[in-house]
Formats: sequence, structure tokens, C-alpha cells
Amino acid sequence: MLELDRVGFRYREDWVLREIGFSIERGDFIGILGPNGSGKTTLLRLVDGVLSPGEGRVLLHGRDVAGMKRRDIARVMAVVPQDQPLVFSFSVREIVLMGRSPHLGNLAFESARDLEIARTAMEETETASLAERNFNELSGGERQRVLIARALAQEPSLLLLDESTAFLDLRHQVAFMSLLRFLNREKGLTILAVTHDINLAALFCGKILLLKEGRIHALGPPKQVITETSIREVYRVRAAVDGHPGTGAPRVTVMPDMETSVPKQN
Amino acid sequence: MRERPPVTGARILRITLLLAAICGAVFVVSLCLGPARISVLRGVRDLLFSGEPGLHPSGSPETAILFSIRFPRVLFAGLVGASLSLAGAAFQTLLRNPLADPYILGVSGGSAAGAIIAISLGLAALPFGVPLFAFLGAVLTVTLVFSIGKTDSNVLLLAGVIVNAFFSAVILFFLAMSRSADLHSMTFWLMGDLGLASPREILLVSGTLAAGFVILYFHARALNLLATGEPTALHLGIAVERTKGIVFLAGSLVTAVAVAFSGIIGFVGLIIPHMIRMLFGADHRLLFPASALFGGAYLMAADTVARILLSSTELPVGVVTALCGAPYFIYLLRRKGGF
Repeated sequence: MLELDRVGFRYREDWVLREIGFSIERGDFIGILGPNGSGKTTLLRLVDGVLSPGEGRVLLHGRDVAGMKRRDIARVMAVVPQDQPLVFSFSVREIVLMGRSPHLGNLAFESARDLEIARTAMEETETASLAERNFNELSGGERQRVLIARALAQEPSLLLLDESTAFLDLRHQVAFMSLLRFLNREKGLTILAVTHDINLAALFCGKILLLKEGRIHALGPPKQVITETSIREVYRVRAAVDGHPGTGAPRVTVMPDMETSVPKQN
Repeated sequence: MRERPPVTGARILRITLLLAAICGAVFVVSLCLGPARISVLRGVRDLLFSGEPGLHPSGSPETAILFSIRFPRVLFAGLVGASLSLAGAAFQTLLRNPLADPYILGVSGGSAAGAIIAISLGLAALPFGVPLFAFLGAVLTVTLVFSIGKTDSNVLLLAGVIVNAFFSAVILFFLAMSRSADLHSMTFWLMGDLGLASPREILLVSGTLAAGFVILYFHARALNLLATGEPTALHLGIAVERTKGIVFLAGSLVTAVAVAFSGIIGFVGLIIPHMIRMLFGADHRLLFPASALFGGAYLMAADTVARILLSSTELPVGVVTALCGAPYFIYLLRRKGGF
């Protein structure tokens, strides 16, 4: 459904991304991993069309994203942004209903059906009880769930996430990833998620895209991509990779160089 | 958190009608108040039964005062208040800054400078010469202030203050240069005066207000999304740059035409949209009509106070709005949390 054709992007002279070519099929759940500055977020901005590629093309259902109307893109693709507080106060329900915008005319009001879709989205993300609350008064975890609800109200077939678990505690990270897996498996939603958490990605994503210095280092099932060799090459960290005791998914344990990482005790 | 029902057509209509009724009541009361005593009852009766509610003095001196002096003045106050509040609501969202308002941003100052330059150069005779220059002054100012301030609200406000000081100097320079009878007094340009508008100017301001309102209302839902951030608006299908451009031009136009004929009246566009947001939420489909109506009522009331507060003389209306608005601005500045 989404294809990147030798995409590159540069800020002034420096190429941030080069030769990015891969395609996403319906039902994929892909985690984008890579060290800081490897181009993860830039890649996401190219896919959602906020940035335009310096070379190559991003094709959504065969059409170049650069030439598409934002409204048409928004009917297919939803983005869950990094959490930021809002300047003006909107209620959770108002925020979620904004997801219906690409389906509404300029002067149209939300219909009963739109309200129903928003309600379902809030139920799936367990935010229905927050509907009347002020978005800014919620906790970080609650806000992330509301932003997912808004994305779901868009009824997209492709969902992009930008480090949505970064500021969540352990329980909310797991709940969040479980929700994504549910949406991916039960609702057939295709997901592309930038994340920093290798182990969570290995546990929940169907495929991992590993970026190194703006190029694709590896792309495939977690077991193929997340290896001791690739972690060393990409992150320049010595790590042991074994299997998750429950699922067998690759599990990374960093092996710090004992001599340098332990502070000397005088 | 108090519950707030979702915005529906019915709710907008209900609140709009309520505010329109308040606006109408303030209008009638303002008509009846002034140095010459005309009773409320007499005023209403005159308004209803004296035949032509036009601008011609008919019969008694009281009805003459009512129709040839107060009626246009109160009407004009309402139109200017509505214009400034509507523009303030639009600018606040555009800059995602609840402290933005045509006065604080220097847009009013820019319009006034544009208008005074046009008059000094003898362009007032041209059709739309004055409002066109006021509009150019407004657009120039917003572009300037916004390019200096970008997204940092503190820099933005500071840029507005500086630009305001500069345009005040420009205005005073042209006033000093000119002995022309065309020029309004200094207080008109620096503190506002609602008593000098001709019927043609009232018509022009109401036409611009109506056009601006229609344009802004057409983008009301897009502005809801823009209020939550530009990337989000883009992700939700809004053509962000085009929408910003249209809203920016509409807000500048509405401000410019109001300022060209009323002078600089500060803080109206700041207070009113903020109060409406507190009362009814941030949805622009309600914010725009409610701000326009409430802003109209507010300036009619403020101008009435300016007319009757001192028995010896009339105050410029800008004195009243600044005396109320500046403390409110400081309160907003010190306040934490969402708007």
C-alpha cells in the first residue's frame, strides 16, 4: 500500500536519508529502529508528506504523496504525534472528533455517525470515560491514548507513530503496544512506528526496519534483524541477544564495557 | 472540570441568539444614555414609532440627537467592536498565542499609519484609498511582527510593542507635518473615536465585517485543527499554508477597515475572544459569531461609558478599553495553564 522508491532527503548539503527503498503491505506492523540522528523521524515525515523527498518518490496506493491533496492523504493515513500540550483548551471528545475532519465538508457538522465513530474509537482506546475532560489536564499516557483515538476516528488504513511510548511508564508502554497489536491483527490496520525501545519493538512488531546513518541497515522479521552483530554495527554497543522467555522474540541485553562504565571508587 | 456539551448547530444558534439579544439590549440602552437625557422608554418608543429610522433629524431635538448622532455612533461602535474581536480571535489561533490581538501585535498601529499616510498624500479622494492603505499597513505589520517573532510568544509580543512605538511615531510625524483639515485629531489616531464616521464609512465597515466573517467562518473547523498545531492540522487533511494565508488576509482586512475610520482602540480583540473561550470553549464555529456579537456589545457599552463618565467632556473610547484591558492582559500573562 505504501512504497518508497529510492527516497533521499537532505538538509542543505548533508544527506539525512539516502537510497531508502522498501514497501509496506496491508497488515504490516513495522517498527523503525536506529540510533539518534539515523533519520527515523525524517523518514516518518517523508512518508506523511510533511517533508518532500530531495530525490525519489513516496507512493501511497501507487500515487505520489507529493502531488496528493492533504485531505485525500488524511483519509488513508493517520499520524499519532509526539505528545505536546495544547495552547487552547479542547475537551477529549472535541479532540477525537477532529479525526473526522478529512471526511467532512468545510461547513458540515459532525453527524450522529461521526459521533458514533468517535465513541467507538474512544472505547477501543479506553478513553471514553475521559470524554468531557480537558485534554491538557490528562496524564501523558492518557493523552497518547486520546491521540490514538483521534487517529482511529480518521478510519485510516495506515497508522504512523512517532515515539509514542517514549514517556510512558512500563505498564502504559505494554498496554499501548498491546493496543497497537490488537488494531493490527483484529482491525487489519497497517502500522509504521518509530521507536527507541528495541525490546518492545521486537516483541510486538512483525518487521523491523533498522536505520544506520540515513540508510537501511536491515529490514525483516525481528529475529533476522536484531542480532548481536547488527546491534554492534548500528548502535556501536556490545550486546547479548537471546530469546524472550515467553515468546522467543529476540531480547537485547547490553553488555557494558566494565572497565569504562563502572565509576572508580576511591 | 465542568461539562461542556459538544458544539452542534443547535447550540451555536442558541448561544448566538442569546448574545444577539444582549447585543440588542446594549444597543437600545446605549442609545438612551448620553449628556442629553432621553428616557429609555422614550428612546424605544421613538425608535419604534418615529417612522423612518434613518439618519434624518425628524421633529423634536431629542429624536434628532437620537437618530443623527447617537444611532450612527452606537451602531458604528458595535461594528468596530465586532470587527476587532473577530480579528483578535483569528490572530490568536493563527499565532497560537492567546495574547495576540490587533492592537498588541501592532496591526492597528500599522493600519492607522497606512490610513494617515494615505490622507496626507491626498489619496482620500480615491475610492477605497484610505482603507486600501490601512490594509497594506496591516498586512505589512503582521508580516513584519510575525517574521521577527516566529513561534516565540515573548519575542512576538515584544516585536508588537516595538512596531507599535514605531507606528505611533510615524502617525505623530504625519500629524505634525500636516495642517490639513482632512486629518482627524491626535486622540482619534492614538485612542480612537467612534463619533466621526459617516454613513458611507459605516457601510464600508459593515460590508468588510460581513465578508470577513463569512470567509473566517468557512475555515472555522480548519482553524480548530490549526489551534492544535500545524503538523496536526496537516495530518488531518488541512491545506495549512493556504488556510493560514486566507485567515491572515481576512483578519488584516477586517482590522484595517475598522481602524481606518475609528482610530486605534486597544485590547478589545484580546479580552473578548478569551472570555468567549472560557465560557463556551475553543471551537471556532461558536467562537467567531459569539466573539463578534459580544465584542460589539462590549464596545457599545465602553463607548457609552466614555460619553457619559465625565460631565464636562467626552473621553476617547480607547481610554476606557485600555483601562479595562491592560489589567486583564497582565492577568492573562501571569496565568498558568490552558486558555
